[in-house]
Amino acid sequence: MRALIALLFTLVLPFAAQAEEEVVAGLSQARVAITADFAGSEILVFGAVKRNSPIPEGSPLQVIVTVSGPHEPVVVRRKSRRFGIWVNTSSVEVDSAASFYAIATTAPMGEVLSHTEDLRHKVTIPQMIRSVGAPKDVPDAEAFTEALIRVRENTGRYVMNESGVILSEDTLFRSAIALPANLTEGLYATRIFLTRDGKVIDTYETTLDVTMVGFERWAFNLAHEQPLIYGILSLIIAITAGWAASAVFRYIRG
Amino acid sequence: MQIYLPIAEVSVNLFLLLGLGGLVGILSGMFGVGGGFLITPLLFFIGVPPAVAVATGANQIVASSVSGVLAHLRRKTVDLKMGTVLLIGGLMGSGVGIWIFNLLSKLGQVDLLVTLCYVVFLGIVGTLMLIESLRALQRSKRKGVVPKRRHRGWVDALPLKMKFRTSGLYISIIPPILVGASVGVLAAIMGVGGGFIMVPAMIYLLNMPTKVVVGTSLFQIIFVTGFTTLMHAVTNYTVDMALAAILILGGVVGAQIGTQIGLKLRAEQLRILLAVIVIAVCVKLALDLLLEPNELYSITRGRL
Repeated sequence: MRALIALLFTLVLPFAAQAEEEVVAGLSQARVAITADFAGSEILVFGAVKRNSPIPEGSPLQVIVTVSGPHEPVVVRRKSRRFGIWVNTSSVEVDSAASFYAIATTAPMGEVLSHTEDLRHKVTIPQMIRSVGAPKDVPDAEAFTEALIRVRENTGRYVMNESGVILSEDTLFRSAIALPANLTEGLYATRIFLTRDGKVIDTYETTLDVTMVGFERWAFNLAHEQPLIYGILSLIIAITAGWAASAVFRYIRG
Repeated sequence: MQIYLPIAEVSVNLFLLLGLGGLVGILSGMFGVGGGFLITPLLFFIGVPPAVAVATGANQIVASSVSGVLAHLRRKTVDLKMGTVLLIGGLMGSGVGIWIFNLLSKLGQVDLLVTLCYVVFLGIVGTLMLIESLRALQRSKRKGVVPKRRHRGWVDALPLKMKFRTSGLYISIIPPILVGASVGVLAAIMGVGGGFIMVPAMIYLLNMPTKVVVGTSLFQIIFVTGFTTLMHAVTNYTVDMALAAILILGGVVGAQIGTQIGLKLRAEQLRILLAVIVIAVCVKLALDLLLEPNELYSITRGRL
């Protein structure tokens, strides 16, 4: 698999193939289990730079780590005042936005990555969001994408940490990425970019599997695969609980 | 302590949920309202997606209503006959209501219509109830004379009369069926049991004695919300069992406490209290519509 990825990168990125520096990396865990008491988690992304020659002179080596949740379409709605009340008046559909996105870098983004490279690799939050074909009736569609980023940044779903990667001796690096409690299931793509002068010299990609386990898994599957049984079961629980409470209280009072 | 909800896919504080369930349970036991008009907005507020909040709220109301109705059954304060007649109307109404709801969803703006429904109905019901019960309280203080029954000429003239022994009524079944049906429509659109409309309708439109109103209302709410829960589970997969279980745990205990408090208070005092709560929720929702929100944009997963 690793060889295949390396081959792909050689084909896709002829520049990277020339590079003297390669990244090797790993995650502290390949799987995050969402249990009933899941209250967020932290994964450690760590790695090293492999070289066959001495460390090149010139601009410093930089590292970017991104962790991206599954992409999904979202609808952004805007309220405005109509007849004295605030109602949703316009909406824009964003084709694909990650449910969670974290970026950590060794230095401010401007120093680490050039705009062209960002466009090519879709590293920063605005690049990660894909929105094609803005509706004709909304002249300011960008405002909706900006709002999506703002709202998700405020709720901790999109995180940018411009000193979140620690690089030592220009060789070893590590970054701790906090995963919030409100995590959606799915495969989380984890990417690592090595850059010099704003240019990507090597990349590494792996996935983090976020899944519900135990009761959460069982309930989720039942609800989607056997909705009628799930619904009846929910009602039985409710009726039994109601009856039990009544019986218990009667017993307590004698 | 945080708990992850499998269907809502959010993590929330366990004790906050227990407290919420308990609060709504107390109200349920005291007034015979399901509490849906409170639980649903409160769940929105703590970050549960609206669709899950509505469906799970309905499931929780089933539990607290069962708990409450059993307490009332032992006291023989449930008019089963009247409850059944109301229920027949109620199920017909909620079928129509779900159809209207889906139609409005397709047209968009369903959120606004739901909120407007809340504001209008909570406002009317709350205000009428407050005025009436304040007047009743004054009357009973001044003279201690039982207020005269209102004259119901056209109601008495309707056919299909039936004797409701527990309520001490001999009336046509047409008004109860109509009341049940209109409450059913509203309940399905607003995602609530409809007790807050049913209770005053029974008192003021059907002239049922306050004593049996609460139990009878709870009785029919069980079936209406049970039906709603199933519909949501099957069509939208939005019933969260874990969330419901926690709310229920708080709710059933609350309902028992509420029933005890309800027995100690006088009927007029109960009605004033319920009216005040109803008006407060109405004002809060109205302000949300009238004041400029902090964030004008909102995000929904999925496509248009």
